[in-house]
Amino acid sequence: MAEDKVASMRDAVAELVRDGDTVAIEGFTHLIGFAAGHEVIRQRRRDLTLCRLTPDVVYDQMIGAGVARKLVFSWMGNPGVGSLHAIRRRVEHHDPAPLELEEYSHFGMVGRYAAGASNLPFWPLRSYFETDLPRVNPNIRPVASPFGGEPVFAVPPLRPDVAIVHAQRADAAGDTQIWGLTGCQKEAAFAAQRVLVVVEELVDEEVVRADPNRTLIPGIKVDAVVVCPRGAHPSYAQGYYDRDNRFYLEWDRISRDPEALAAWLDEWVHGTRDHAEYVEKLGAERWAELTPAPALSGPVDYGDYR
Amino acid sequence: MLVVAGARALAGRRVCFVGIGLPNIAVALAQRTVAPEIELVYESGVYGARPARLPLSIGDPCLVTGATAAMSMVELFGYYLQGGLVDVGFLGAAQLDRFGNINTTVIGDYGQPKVRLPGSGGACEIAINAGEVFVLMRQSARSFVERIDFRTSPGNLGGAALRAAQGWQGRGPSVVVTDLGRYGFDPDTGEMVLAAIHPGVRVEDVRAATGWDLRVADDLQVTPDPTAEELRLIREELDPDGVYVRG
Repeated sequence: MAEDKVASMRDAVAELVRDGDTVAIEGFTHLIGFAAGHEVIRQRRRDLTLCRLTPDVVYDQMIGAGVARKLVFSWMGNPGVGSLHAIRRRVEHHDPAPLELEEYSHFGMVGRYAAGASNLPFWPLRSYFETDLPRVNPNIRPVASPFGGEPVFAVPPLRPDVAIVHAQRADAAGDTQIWGLTGCQKEAAFAAQRVLVVVEELVDEEVVRADPNRTLIPGIKVDAVVVCPRGAHPSYAQGYYDRDNRFYLEWDRISRDPEALAAWLDEWVHGTRDHAEYVEKLGAERWAELTPAPALSGPVDYGDYR
Repeated sequence: MLVVAGARALAGRRVCFVGIGLPNIAVALAQRTVAPEIELVYESGVYGARPARLPLSIGDPCLVTGATAAMSMVELFGYYLQGGLVDVGFLGAAQLDRFGNINTTVIGDYGQPKVRLPGSGGACEIAINAGEVFVLMRQSARSFVERIDFRTSPGNLGGAALRAAQGWQGRGPSVVVTDLGRYGFDPDTGEMVLAAIHPGVRVEDVRAATGWDLRVADDLQVTPDPTAEELRLIREELDPDGVYVRG
């Protein structure tokens, strides 16, 4: 019998996310771990180094709430909407405190996780030539190939203390399946010391074993499984709910004003006991609007070889 | 006009890497008009997207449903882009210089920026590895500048010969489309040349919105007006709420 790793969000975050940690919440537009990010805010973690290709609204919320001292990233913005104002205030005006930045390109960040996941000293890539990025980030360095040919650039491995991955489903042992955009969640999870998986649905081990190609992370890499339906809101979960674009637009207004941001955090994060209460507060009508029609994949035959 | 001219520039292209923002709607229009066979690649990890609605972002769920392939970003950047499968990279820019070098990082000094912009995303590696690069942006004397504040993504560097000497897979920028006109690049110098102005725009308007001494093609064209079908697609099908295009 495999170990049961199912935990409450409160316990999992309390145990796995510690002050001063390097934390990666990945998910490229899809399956962003908002519920976990909110719990980190609720528990008032401090001095985190937050890593993410695309710091978006969840990191604006976390950084606005004061949990982080540093951001490692490759593209910051409210996707399809505009800027992240809480982060920009800290970068442009040191308001209320400076935020240290360590900046790459997407492939650089992806390569850093891949190097971390596969225990390599660096990841080589054909990028950064003749740009200002290596000038402002000494971790981006040119390197000669031992086999000759033109030089490439190298980036160092990224090994987060903890990676948080939101997924459609996992079994109790943490075997985790995702479909739709998979971003670099697999690389971030394999690179991390500790892994927290948050899922829309807990399923039997047989469901995972019936479709092994869909498994992103095996339970052996996972420390805790939290069942948290709609925990990626306002981002989306392919096949479960759509992106709540109304919220992304609202966030632009909220995050422009530090007082509005603090009031939002008080009402929606500190003022809710857990994500279930947040979901309920959004209301059934909003959820109905976000639910897509089905588009099932065809089954495949793996074959029975007894 | 920006979106329509951007879409038309994609005629005949096979595989297009789609950047965030305006390129998103331009490629959707191209797919429905001049380039029905085009394969759309998104850095979020999608190849061969057939979006049923206009994507709200480059990671929209509608890009996955019905796509040819969804893959990790390691594969997308490694095998598809760096592997040489992408014909055109379609990028935006906050600042652009006469050689098509792009800034999307900061306005002002990096350490103490006046405006902190999003950064590279995948643009830096697209600018180096895509077969050619199209830039789609709004033009003003603040965005078309003599000297960009930060070089996020390389264009023709200080000239065409310098770019060619790098030996990169990608040939660099070939088309820039703005709300005022369309530009090509002089193959000898690597400098932008105004190739067409949009209806109602005068050359002096374009000069006033350019931070360097602009070169204008001898056979300067006027962009044909949007067709009724192009306008219908944008207003009724692609962007009925006016998210990308006003008016």
